[in-house]
Amino acid sequence: MGRSAENPAALGNAAALPYAVTVRGLTRRFGDFVAVDNISFDVRQGEIFGFLGANGAGKTTTIRMLIGLLKPSSGSGRVGGYDINREQEKIKPRIGYMSQRFSLYDDLTAGENLAFFGGVYGLNRDQVAGRIAELDSALLLSAIADRMTASLPLGFKQRLALACAILHRPPILFLDEPTGGVDPIARRYFWDLISALAADGTTVFVTTHYMEEAEYCHRLSIMYKGRIAEVDSPPAIKKKYRMTSIEDIFIHLVDR
Amino acid sequence: MISTRILPLMRKEFIHIRRDPRSLLILFLMPLLMMFIFGYAINMDLKHIRLGICDLSRTPASRDMIEALKASPYFDVVVRYDNPGRTEKLFKKRLVRAVVIFDTDFERALERSAVTPLGVIADGTDANSATLVQNYLEGLFMGRSLEISSAGQEPPIRIKARMLYNPDMESAHFIVPGIVALLLIMIGALLTSVTIAREKEAGTMEQILVTPIRPYEVVLGKAIPYLVLGFGIAVFIMIFGHVWFEVPMRGAWSWLLLFCVVYIFTALAIGLLISTVVATQQVAMMLSLVATLLPSVMLSGFVFPIASMPQPLQWISKVVPATYFLIIIRGIMLKGNGLAELWPVVAAMSGIGVFFIAVAVKRFKLKL
Ligand SMILES: Nc1ncnc2c1ncn2[C@@H]1O[C@H](COP(=O)(O)OP(=O)(O)OP(=O)(O)O)[C@@H](O)[C@H]1O
Ligand SMILES: [Mg+2]
Repeated sequence: MGRSAENPAALGNAAALPYAVTVRGLTRRFGDFVAVDNISFDVRQGEIFGFLGANGAGKTTTIRMLIGLLKPSSGSGRVGGYDINREQEKIKPRIGYMSQRFSLYDDLTAGENLAFFGGVYGLNRDQVAGRIAELDSALLLSAIADRMTASLPLGFKQRLALACAILHRPPILFLDEPTGGVDPIARRYFWDLISALAADGTTVFVTTHYMEEAEYCHRLSIMYKGRIAEVDSPPAIKKKYRMTSIEDIFIHLVDR
Repeated sequence: MISTRILPLMRKEFIHIRRDPRSLLILFLMPLLMMFIFGYAINMDLKHIRLGICDLSRTPASRDMIEALKASPYFDVVVRYDNPGRTEKLFKKRLVRAVVIFDTDFERALERSAVTPLGVIADGTDANSATLVQNYLEGLFMGRSLEISSAGQEPPIRIKARMLYNPDMESAHFIVPGIVALLLIMIGALLTSVTIAREKEAGTMEQILVTPIRPYEVVLGKAIPYLVLGFGIAVFIMIFGHVWFEVPMRGAWSWLLLFCVVYIFTALAIGLLISTVVATQQVAMMLSLVATLLPSVMLSGFVFPIASMPQPLQWISKVVPATYFLIIIRGIMLKGNGLAELWPVVAAMSGIGVFFIAVAVKRFKLKL
């Protein structure tokens, strides 16, 4: 258990720091294979933090360790000030999670899915209804409330999944490829909403394949084969590598 | 004790059940079907048993008895023949379930009031009708022979019954409770293991596990709705067995239903435990069937008496929940037992259920 105390000075008392997420030396092995290899980074409160990486880079594995679905092999981290190795139960009420794979109940209506996830986060019916009304203009939920989730187009499903993840107003939001397979217009709407959430103080930790989406992020981490190759703001990264497109930089880093 | 987070879980589970009427129909029809398949062989055949008669004596006395057999609702006399050598063939062709042979000296023997050699051969592959034939003929001839021999010191006709093919016998009243025990454990384990495996396949289990819900809440939120459903099925098939197959009810329904809840709880616990080791619905289904069907049929005392099993199997039978439920349901329905006689059995069964559920909750946590 001593892992988290490895470097207490560096981690400090998270409540006093403006960091929503801090990670030090996080590693996860599956047998001999190292999926996440000794990564460290910080995410500031209210920041949109982008995780960029090819397939199998270790993005999902990193998120799963941060939200308590997977035990790290070694290393430490804090989410919302709580230790990811020891205090998962305290982390859970403070985060929202949208998984890479759509994972709501297909045989429930959109409204029933919202009521269920609101309920397990401790919201009563009125509170859920209130939140749905608040989110309606951005996510158009009332139009689909009575439709069976299985029958919804992908873009609607993703909006619904996001709604389920933010009903309880989590201060930290983890989005794993939230826009995969969605058309550009829907993606644009989606990112507008993410930006609005961040403007209101929500920390957004988001992974993506789409290089153009990197531009929406305040800071980017470029991940390659389980390691972090670069972390900085998009303009700073461009300046450093003297390239104008994140895509070129990504390919440059991966080819190295 | 029930936290407010369990309520949305239970509500959701009931929606799943409601939205899948086909599975629900199967859950209620499968027991009916099984009861009919078993029950038909056990019960329906007990009337109109096909009988062959070989009358070598051809006397008023033998004709008198044959008339009595013909008049009985239990038997249909389908073959009359004179050559005893044909008997085996009649059985092989399944033309008859039993034959009665009146020997040449039948009447003379009756008159002498001595023991009369009357042959009855029954098909033992169908143990139940074989027993019935034997008992019925015994009763019939007993009455007849007492009428004939006014003295009646000793019944002059002695039936020599010979069971072909199957010396063991089982009665309907023992089989119907056995089916109830088997079905409940099977359905209970299947229901829970498959529904959790389905959530794993769909990824919704992960979505639940990142919420503040505790593992024990997930487990209870799953178990309670299926306990209600399982109880509904239990009541349905027990009333069906009681009304249709006329299994007597000598004890109290209230005890039976209460202990039934404990038994279903144990079945659900097994399903939960299985769900912690499997990843897909298919495997969950296979494993549930193997884990419940085989032991409940072979090792519970349903088919084979536990006392005649090898010692290691007897030990295993002690952790098979159906073993206990069989004692309970047979005890209550057939013997009129109550809590006074059954409490140690109920305690043992509850213990097994609590053990399984504790391991299931623990494994739920470990997975992370
Ligand atoms: N449970 C597991 N067991 C074994 N290997 C795993 C497991 N989970 C992930 N991996 C492996 O770890 C590596 C990183 O996977 P991860 O899902 O984190 O990648 P990713 O960056 O999210 O990729 P993608 O963009 O495809 O989602 C992959 O090679 C994957 O095969
Ligand atoms: Mg991924």
